[in-house]
This record gives sequence, C-alpha cells and structure tokens, in this order.
Amino acid sequence: MVMVNLILILLLGGVIAMLSERAGENMPRRVALVVILVDFAYLLSELSGMPSLTQLQAPMPDDPGTWLMHFKAQWIPAFGISIELALDGVSLLMVLLTLVLGAIAVSASWTDILVKQGFFEANLLWTLAGVLGVFMALDLFLFFLFWEVMLIPMYFMIAIWGHENRGYAAMKFFIFTQASGLLMLVATLALVGVNHSAAGQWSFSYFDLLNTSMTEQTAQWLMLGFFIAFVVKLPAFPFHTWLPDAHTQAPTAGSVILAGILLKTGAYGLIRFAVPLFPDAALDFSWAAMALGAAGVVYGAVLAFSQTDFKRLVAYSSVSHMGFVLLGVYAWNELALQGAVMQMVAHGFSTAALFMIAGSLQERLHTRDMREMGGLWQQMPRMGAVAMFFVVASLGLPGLGNFVAEFLVLLGLFQVNPWLTAVAALGLITGAIYSLILMQRSFQGEPNPKLEGHLLVDFAGREMLTMAVMMIALIVLGLYPQPVLDMAQPVLQSLLELTSVEMMP
Amino acid sequence: MNSSQLMALMPILMLSMTAAVLMIQASIKRDQGLAWWITGLGFLLSLWGAGYARDFSQPVTMLLVVDDWGLFFTTLILVASLVTLILSKDTFSPEGERKEEYYLLLVLSVMGAVILIQSSHMASLLLGMELMGVALYAMIAFPEKGELPLEAAIKYLVLSACASAMLLFGFALIYAATGDLSYAGMGAKAAVAFSQEPVVLMAGSAMVLAGLGFKLSVVPFHMWTPDVYQGAPTPVTGFLATVSKGAVFVALTRFYLEGQLYQYDSLIMALSLVAVASMLVGNWLALRQENIKRLLAYSSIAHFGYLLIVLIALSIADNLGANNLIGQAITFYLTAYIVTTLAAFTVVANLAGEDDSKAMLGAFEGLFWRNPVQASALTVAMLSFAGIPLTAGFIGKFYLITLSIQSQLWILLTALVLGSAIAIYYYLRIIFAMSKTPGTMLKKQPAAAFGAQEIVAGLLLLLVLALGSWPQPFIDFAGAL
Repeated sequence: MVMVNLILILLLGGVIAMLSERAGENMPRRVALVVILVDFAYLLSELSGMPSLTQLQAPMPDDPGTWLMHFKAQWIPAFGISIELALDGVSLLMVLLTLVLGAIAVSASWTDILVKQGFFEANLLWTLAGVLGVFMALDLFLFFLFWEVMLIPMYFMIAIWGHENRGYAAMKFFIFTQASGLLMLVATLALVGVNHSAAGQWSFSYFDLLNTSMTEQTAQWLMLGFFIAFVVKLPAFPFHTWLPDAHTQAPTAGSVILAGILLKTGAYGLIRFAVPLFPDAALDFSWAAMALGAAGVVYGAVLAFSQTDFKRLVAYSSVSHMGFVLLGVYAWNELALQGAVMQMVAHGFSTAALFMIAGSLQERLHTRDMREMGGLWQQMPRMGAVAMFFVVASLGLPGLGNFVAEFLVLLGLFQVNPWLTAVAALGLITGAIYSLILMQRSFQGEPNPKLEGHLLVDFAGREMLTMAVMMIALIVLGLYPQPVLDMAQPVLQSLLELTSVEMMP
Repeated sequence: MNSSQLMALMPILMLSMTAAVLMIQASIKRDQGLAWWITGLGFLLSLWGAGYARDFSQPVTMLLVVDDWGLFFTTLILVASLVTLILSKDTFSPEGERKEEYYLLLVLSVMGAVILIQSSHMASLLLGMELMGVALYAMIAFPEKGELPLEAAIKYLVLSACASAMLLFGFALIYAATGDLSYAGMGAKAAVAFSQEPVVLMAGSAMVLAGLGFKLSVVPFHMWTPDVYQGAPTPVTGFLATVSKGAVFVALTRFYLEGQLYQYDSLIMALSLVAVASMLVGNWLALRQENIKRLLAYSSIAHFGYLLIVLIALSIADNLGANNLIGQAITFYLTAYIVTTLAAFTVVANLAGEDDSKAMLGAFEGLFWRNPVQASALTVAMLSFAGIPLTAGFIGKFYLITLSIQSQLWILLTALVLGSAIAIYYYLRIIFAMSKTPGTMLKKQPAAAFGAQEIVAGLLLLLVLALGSWPQPFIDFAGAL
C-alpha cells in the first residue's frame, strides 16, 4: 500500500496545487514543493523499518516476498491484469532520484513560470506520479499505462509553457514516444499471448512472464518491440531526434524532469524488462545494441560540439551520456551494469543542474544563444562557479559521480568488447571538448557588448540551495559511491543469475 | 404472434407510440418545446422497454430477433439519441417556428436503427436501413436556409440510394443462389449453393457488404463522409456518427455471422483490403483537415477500419475457440467508439453550433481557459480515439491488438499500428489548439455558463474514463451477452 500511497499523494497533490491557485498566485509552487517533500519523507519513514539498504538480500524473480516491498491487487481479472507494484534496490534508487529531482524541478519553476502556475505544478506532480509508477510497476499492463500516461502532463508542460517553437517540439516528443510505445504494447500482448497459450491463463505479471518459453524467432521480434520503445526514450542514436527539440523548447522545470528522470525510464526498462524477459534474444542482439550505444556516445558528442544553443548543447551531451548507459546494459556484466545505474543517477543530477543554469541564463538574457553570451563570470561569479562545477562533472572529472559511472561502464565493457570500449572512450575526450567550449563561450572571455543593459543578477539563496543539493550529491557519488553500488548490487546479481540460468540449454 | 413476442418488441412499440403522439400533438397545437419533452419522454420509455424486453428474448417472426446483445445496443443508441435530443434543443430553438417535425424525424430514425439492430432477415435489414436513412436525409437538410446542409443532404441521398440499390441487387443474387432471405437460412444453404453457384453467391454477398460499407463509410465507399459530416447540423452529425453507424455495424455483424460469410476466402480478402485501406486512408486524409467535423469524419473512417479486424478475425479465430473474445471485442470497441464520439460531438455542437467557421480548429484555441469542462471532455475524447491508457478507446484497441495477435493477422496489425501512429498527430493538434494561451486569454475570462450541455459533456467524460480505468464490470457484462 505504501507504493500506492506514494503515487496517490502526488496525484492528489497535483489537484490541490491546481486549486490552490485561487488562494494566491504563488501558492501552487509552495504546495507542489510541500507535496513532494511529504512524499519523500513518507518514503523514508516507511524505509526506516526495513533492513539497512546496504545489506539488501537479492530479490528473487520467482518470489515476490524477497523484494523490498510488494503490493498486488486485482484490477481486470478477465485478462489477469493486476495492480502489482514492487520495489527493489534499483527501483528504490530511481524513486529517490525522481523525488529529489522533482523538488529541484519545482525550484526551477519558481520564477520561470508566470502564467497558469496551478496547472503547471499539477502537470509536474502528475508526471512525477507517472514516473514513480513506471519505476515500481511489475505488471506489464500497468507499466505500459504509466509509460503512456506520464507523457500527457509532460506534453502539456512543453506545449503550454515551452519556448518559441513549442508546438512542434511537443508534438514530436509525443509522437515518437507514443508510436514506439505502441510497438511495446504489441510486443507485450504477443508475449502475454504466448504465455496464455502455454499456461492456459491470462497474466500480465512480470513474475509469470519471466520464464515464458518461445521460439528464438518470436523472442527476437518481441525483444525488438521492447527495445525500440526503450531506446527511443533513452534516447539512443538514431532514435534521438525528438530529444534536442523537446529539451530546448521545454520550460526549465520540464527540461529538468525530462533529462533527469524521463530518460532514465528507458534505461530502467532495458534493465528490468527488455533483457530479462528475452535473455537469449538480448544476448544475440547485444552487439547491435552496443554498437548503437557507442555510435550514440560519439555522435552526441560531435553534434554537441557544433551547437550554439546552450540548451541544445546540453541536450546532445545527454545523447552522448545515455550512450554509456546503453553500452553498460548490453555488456550485461556486473561492473558495466553498476556503471549504467550509476550513470543514470549521476547524469540525472549533472544535466538537471546544467538545464537549470541554462534556464537562469535565459531568464536573465532572454536568449540561449552562446554567441550572444561571454564573460558572464565577471558579473555573476557564483553562477559561473556553479556552472564550472557541473561542466567538469559532466565531462567526467575524477572525484565526481559521472567519472565513477563512465569508468565502471568502460571497465565492464572491456571484458566484453575491447574495440567498442576504445570507441566509447573517445566520448570522454570529445566530452571534455564540448563541455569546456560551453564554459568558454558563455562564462569566460570578454563580456559580450550586447549584454549591456540586461540585469545580470547572480544566483541568490534559493538557487544556490538547489545547486548545493546537486553538488553534494555528485561529490558523494564520486568520493563514496559504495552505498549506491550496494543498493544496486543484489538486484543486478539476481538479474545476472536469472539470465545466465536461462542461457543454459 | 403471441403476447410474449409483443413484449419483446417493447422498445419499438414505445418508439412507434412516441411517433404517433408527436403527430397528434402537431395536429392539435404546434409547440416545439412540448414536442421536445414528448420525444424525451418517449426515449426514456423506450429505454425502460429495452430493459423490460430482456425477459422476453426470442426470435419475433422471421424478421426480427430480440436478444440481449441487440437489446444492449438498443439501449446504447437510445442513450445516444437522448444526447442528440439534448444537443438539438439549443441548436434548433433559436431559429423559430415549425421545428417540431425534426423530433418526429428523430424518433423515426431511431426506430429504423432499432429495427436494423434486431434484424434477422434481409427484408427487415432493408426496412430498418431505409426508415433510418430517409428520416436522416430530412434531418441533415433541416436548416433550410443554409447551402451546406442541402448539399450534404443531396449527397447523402444520392449515395445512399446507390447503396440501397446495391444492397437490393445483392439480396436478389443471394436469393437466386440459396432461395432464402433470412440470415440463418442463407447460412445453412450457402455451403451447397457455393459449390453450385460460387460466383452468384460471392457477388451477392459482396454487394450486400458494399451497401453496408457505404453506410459505415469504409474506404472505398467513404467519399460522402466529410461533406455530410461538415454540412449536417452538428447534433445530426453526432447522431449519424453514433446511432446510424453503430446500428449498421451491428446489422452487418449479424448478417456476416449468421450468414456464415467468414468461410469464404475471397470475401475475407476483400474485407481485409477494405479494412487496411480505411485505416490508412482515413488517418492519412485526416492529417490536413482544419475543420473539426471533417477531421472527425475521417477519423471515423479509420475507426471502422479498425473494427473490421474483428470480423476478419472470425475467419481464423473460429477454430481457436476465442469466440467469446470476439463478441467482447465488438461490444467493447463499438461502445467505446459511440461514447467517445458522443463526447466529442457534444462539445463541438455546443461550441460550433451551426456556424461552420466556428468548427475550424482555430476557433478552439484557448478553450482550456475559457471552458475547462468542455475542453477536458474533448481532450479525453481525443485521447480515447488515439487509444491512450485509462480511456475507453484504449481497452477497445487492446482487444483489437490481442485479437489480431491471436489470429496472426500481421498485415492488419501493422496497418492498425501505423494508422494509430499517424492518428496521434491530428488528435494532438486539437488538444494543442485548445491549450494555446493567446495574449488576450491571459486576463481573467468570465466563467462560462454551466448548462445542460456541460453536464452531458461531463458525464460522457466520466463514462469514457470509467470504461477505460475500471473495465472489469463492463467486460463481465459484455461477456455475458
């Protein structure tokens, strides 16, 4: 019930936030912040009774009782559909990340959103509710439902509060994810159909579907259905074209949620569903997936390098960073998977922070074009220092979270495919180039004469506090990543065992 | 005919009585407000009749069959007619006198639809279709001052006449081959007839399907749809899209099922082509529409293309023992389609009225901030059409995809997925238009009046969501039909 409550709090909180607009223009964002913090506190208080997170037992795929939390209630028994939610180390990590970044997104919307604040915060909370559902659902029907439903509030956030070309971006975002979602729906129903003809009854439960036996060819096709849906969301080259538009046009809070959380649902889907459900097919396909990942790393970095739009550059850098996740998942050994999970968390923070800086710049300068910036450090030293921190985090400076993640991925990948490792390692170099260019063009150099007359206010308390949260998170992840690795380890271990058993004839 | 058979015809009797009362009323005192109430009361009585007749399910003469399935759809179209009636009140009352004939036509048309739903014989099929159609021509042309309605009515009249002619010719050919005009009789004798006169039987069946296809506006019989949708008064368009099309599809299902047409490969082939063409052409042509009524016309073409999958699946799933799934699929999809379409037309009728320029997409801009109830209803309707989870349309699509996977209809499934992917674009355009915040909208708008139409829109909105988020009761109900 805890997990249902977590989602309900956000859903109802959204309604309250919308209604609270009548009490005052500024009420919705306060309500939204309180709702997220309450949700967070509620989760923590429920967790306090659990065994220490660093000593989790491995969740068995065939025994829901070994999971951290498990909830199941009938929903549509005619098709064996139930409301089945469960939490293990990896999903808990993602849920925590979602709630923290959710609070940060509210902070990012504090001064950014000027019209219809109530509806905006409601959409933000509803998106978070959908994302929580995605991270916790273990019924494939329910998973698909959350997967689709979280798009609608996100669509509204881009379409209503976005920048100049919002209509196009929102439409593209929705069509890409929805159309690929349809493929996943077809694959899900086909998988359930195969299981139905074998077991004689309908079931959408993850636990029932894990060991479905099917011909190699069927498995290949179904795996592709899931794979495409997840890599569109990830996004991996060549399905990434919606991302630069959506990120660039979304309001700051929307970009934070998109980059920080929504992309992770794709990675999570790969780890949780695409590989374990079809281990053999995934193994056969892994070289292609890894090639796509490596291509994404390099391609994203090269395109990021040539951008002049601050947000677009960060967006392309996301393509590059998520390439590492794809590599890590399909290398499918413990080191690489640890790296992928780590990357999901670290990238969430570093990119969210960069988007917030982009948003703050746009608020002050009314442009995202880096050719119109320059020398901003002199007027806004605090913002400059913060930007510097996140830029070096994003390029993978040792001591910060992103370095740990990328290093682990490369280490794991090397055992599987040294050549691709070499290609992916190029991403680290190109990453340094585009990140430093971002810094140079906007904050360093001579002050741009066009900027005279703009009110260049430095970061104040609220912004510094928000940034500090993310900075501390990245430093902790970089210096002492062990707790996160411990949380993910048993889950990854059990997934690896599951698939290795499957692979035995 | 004994009394129990008469009881089984209760809905039709009630509708006939309403028609008679309306005519008497018109000869005594012409008052359109009174006529409205009489019609509403008549529909309510017929609704009661549809429930009452459930205890008397049986074949009534050789023409009609009263069963639970038919009675459910009778109930559904009566509800749709009630909604049409409520929408018609505001549309027609300002224009002044002599409008009570409209209600008479409405009642007659509904009666035709009920007969169509309960038909088990080609004579009653034709009777129902003509009764429904002839009344509809007049309803479409009712605003006699406009040009568009007249054009629409003429188009519909001419093409319907063609369709009826094809239907009749088809009946004649089937009769020539089998010597029977009842569906069941035809089905029983068709196997023998097929071995002797395959061409005559196939040509006859194909012509009947084409005639019904005209009414369902599946490709390539869809030419009239956008013009008629656009030209007809909006409540009448809603009526045409829900009652007329729904009833014809039920009749088609009965004819197809009891006539055992699913055994013939050539017919299945033709149906598959029609289905694929409808899904792709309907969705494709909807992309560039600026008028929401035309857009909904093309979208309905696509939806009946989707629905045809069920009939095609019968040819294969018959031996899989998935019959129950097929029945549920038809019931659920058609119900979802009707409820969703009603929700959409309730909003369009309220906002656009009879002014064609107000049916353009541009006129819907900023609706979210002007009238949240109606905008939400239209949004949910569009999401349901697009098949987004938690709406009725999604469960409908869920059934269709499951069926086509079980029956391994991969080409149809591909067309369905492709069509749905295209469709997202134009449904989103409407939602996007409504969510725009033009500069003038930033100021506080006066709250819209909260009238009967908002209540209807709100109820339909809740129904779409309820069917989509808690479908189990309805699935049980549909399974028991």
